[in-house]
Amino acid sequence: MTQFLQLDLAAMLAATFACLVCGLIGNLLLLTRQSLLGDAISHAVLPGIVLGFWVSGSRAAPPLVAGAMLAAVAAALLIALLRRLTRLEAGAAMGVVFSGFFALGIVLIEVSGAHAVDLDVDCVLYGQLEALIWPAASGPGSLLDPAALAEFPAETTTLAVVLLLTLALLAAFWKELRLACFDPDFAQAIGFAPRRMSLLVLVLVSVACVAAFWAVGSILVIAALVAPAAIARLLTDDYATQFGLSAVAAVAMGAGGYWVAALAPAAFGLGHGLNAAGMIAVVAGVLLAVAWAAGPFGRRRRLALAGGSD
Amino acid sequence: MTVADALLFSAGYNAAVVALGCAAFGLAAGALGCFVLLRGRALIADAAAHATLPGVAGAFILAALIGWDVRALPLLLAGAGATAALGVVLVNALAGGGRIRDDAAMALVLSIGFGIGVVLMSVVQSLPVGGQAGLKGFILGQAAGMSAADAQLVGALAVLALLLVGVLFRPLAALCFDRGFAAAVGLPVRALDLALLGLMLAVTVAGLRAVGLILVVALMVIPAATARLLTERLEAMVPIAGGVGAVSAWVGAALSATLPDLPTGATITLVACALFLAALLFAPRRGALAFAARQAMLSLTVARDHALRAAFEAAERAPGATHRWVELGRGAGWSRWQRAVLPRWLAAAGWVRAEGERIALTDAGLALARDLTRRHRLWEHYMQAAGGLGPWAAHRAADEVEHTLPPEVAREAEAWLRRNDPARLPAEGALPAPGEAPTAPR
Repeated sequence: MTQFLQLDLAAMLAATFACLVCGLIGNLLLLTRQSLLGDAISHAVLPGIVLGFWVSGSRAAPPLVAGAMLAAVAAALLIALLRRLTRLEAGAAMGVVFSGFFALGIVLIEVSGAHAVDLDVDCVLYGQLEALIWPAASGPGSLLDPAALAEFPAETTTLAVVLLLTLALLAAFWKELRLACFDPDFAQAIGFAPRRMSLLVLVLVSVACVAAFWAVGSILVIAALVAPAAIARLLTDDYATQFGLSAVAAVAMGAGGYWVAALAPAAFGLGHGLNAAGMIAVVAGVLLAVAWAAGPFGRRRRLALAGGSD
Repeated sequence: MTVADALLFSAGYNAAVVALGCAAFGLAAGALGCFVLLRGRALIADAAAHATLPGVAGAFILAALIGWDVRALPLLLAGAGATAALGVVLVNALAGGGRIRDDAAMALVLSIGFGIGVVLMSVVQSLPVGGQAGLKGFILGQAAGMSAADAQLVGALAVLALLLVGVLFRPLAALCFDRGFAAAVGLPVRALDLALLGLMLAVTVAGLRAVGLILVVALMVIPAATARLLTERLEAMVPIAGGVGAVSAWVGAALSATLPDLPTGATITLVACALFLAALLFAPRRGALAFAARQAMLSLTVARDHALRAAFEAAERAPGATHRWVELGRGAGWSRWQRAVLPRWLAAAGWVRAEGERIALTDAGLALARDLTRRHRLWEHYMQAAGGLGPWAAHRAADEVEHTLPPEVAREAEAWLRRNDPARLPAEGALPAPGEAPTAPR
């Protein structure tokens, strides 16, 4: 038990919270048909995170979030500017901007010396769940012991705060977001600013990307953003159920992925642990495949449609 | 070794072959990227590139289990190609249900494929063979560790892809510009789409070792976007994009060979971005500077036209009327920089001459001002007759269109007036009667 508290609790909670935050926000992306925005932002925030880390010299959340938001907004503006100036299609403009930003981030990590401390390319690629440990824990009693709790990894507590904020925002804008998702034209017609809403989504996604960065890195966060919403979408048509199911899927992939990564090596006699962040994406893939094969809107519906048209 | 050595191929045989191999890859990626971009396939290329990781790691594990050489590049690239192709198939299968849109399907294949690769990479770490460190080079690119044989393989793949692009140039161009038309003239569009996809996968796989799977798509998108800024013609766009790609890959590889800390893929991408930014600023027609210059010229011309028209209308009331710059400029709504520039321009072009403290139109200036005023009144009449606008609205509307619409449109408008409302249009050459509109511009 003590070993679980020391080595696994913080990391597992971080994985679960990260998947929950991203998965809930991912619903907005999927329903507003902007899944690629998550792809673009997750790459584009990297130089912002590196700069925030470089300037503040710590993993404290506010500078990183500020840097990431700056980078996300800059990338969004650049994409819009490029599309106006060059008449490139959206995908190409995004490709230019986010690969450029990502390359800048990688080079910044190397030249800024950030890699000497806590932030290195491996963290960007694979996340750092394994680094989230709680050595101060000495038993179940530590969960109530303020002195031990003060040593709890800040990354996990930050994620918990971000999760609460996300839930509060979703609750506050529940109806408005539903309108913006399902009937953007009507939303605009009744004087409801879709631009402000898309800015809100942009900010939320960049916050989620930073919050999940230490847990799963900048590429696997895309799985956390898109997969839960996509799984739920294969299972339901209802707005509230969509959010509920995506939350379930997010917890399953976060906690489940972490556990499989922790347990599978012993079960299969592998000498080396498996990467937990990668395993989270693998579990998401398995859940997606099951939902697609067995869900009411996946393969079965395709077969029914194909049968009907024959 | 200095950057200059690496650039000039004088850093040894191996480095020279690697630089050439990278440049060949850049050439192929840039050229093919034009078609990928025009066909709207940039993002599926990105998804396929990320989906190569499980293939690379899987091939490594397989080789280690059978006892083959785990560093054999052909084997690793074959694995990469296999899972990338599988990724493309999965994107289509996921998006085919209509429930998950193709953008979400691409994001899913990209991230889950990469995740499977990351897990397999951690398995690779536990294998009792050497060479694991080299695998990381497939993610962000590491040209420094490439052998001459690797570079030759990459170069050969790139040259092959380039040759196929050359052979298929016409049909691919038809496919990219108008798929329906291409099908109508009997081109096998499905086969061509597959060929484009196959070429894209081949180039992606060729670039893995040097550029890395995360940024390999950058070398397809950025050079093509750069070329798009410089030209509209595909015959010029493809070679320019190839050149940009080759230069980026060559310079980037040389830089990262001298500064081994820099991942090659990121360096090459940043070089390509720098070229793109240069094109964005300086491109002759679509560049930001050309755009700004056109805007400035337009606003200058509009301000000039307003002033000349005001001067002409004064001359209609009292021939030989003289003006002061201040009043003319204020009447025409000149901004501060226009007040500095326009008097010089008008004087240098010989449209005004000084008369003591005041100025007057020259004959040439009078002729130009007469034409401009005629054009304005013509549009005013047209707006009133054809558009049913009141005099003041017609004046404003004429002001909106007269400076930007080309002369042939103005002639059309004149012809319309001649047919439908000839009373508004006196004999050829004469000026239409002054519009009833107030004549102060803006």
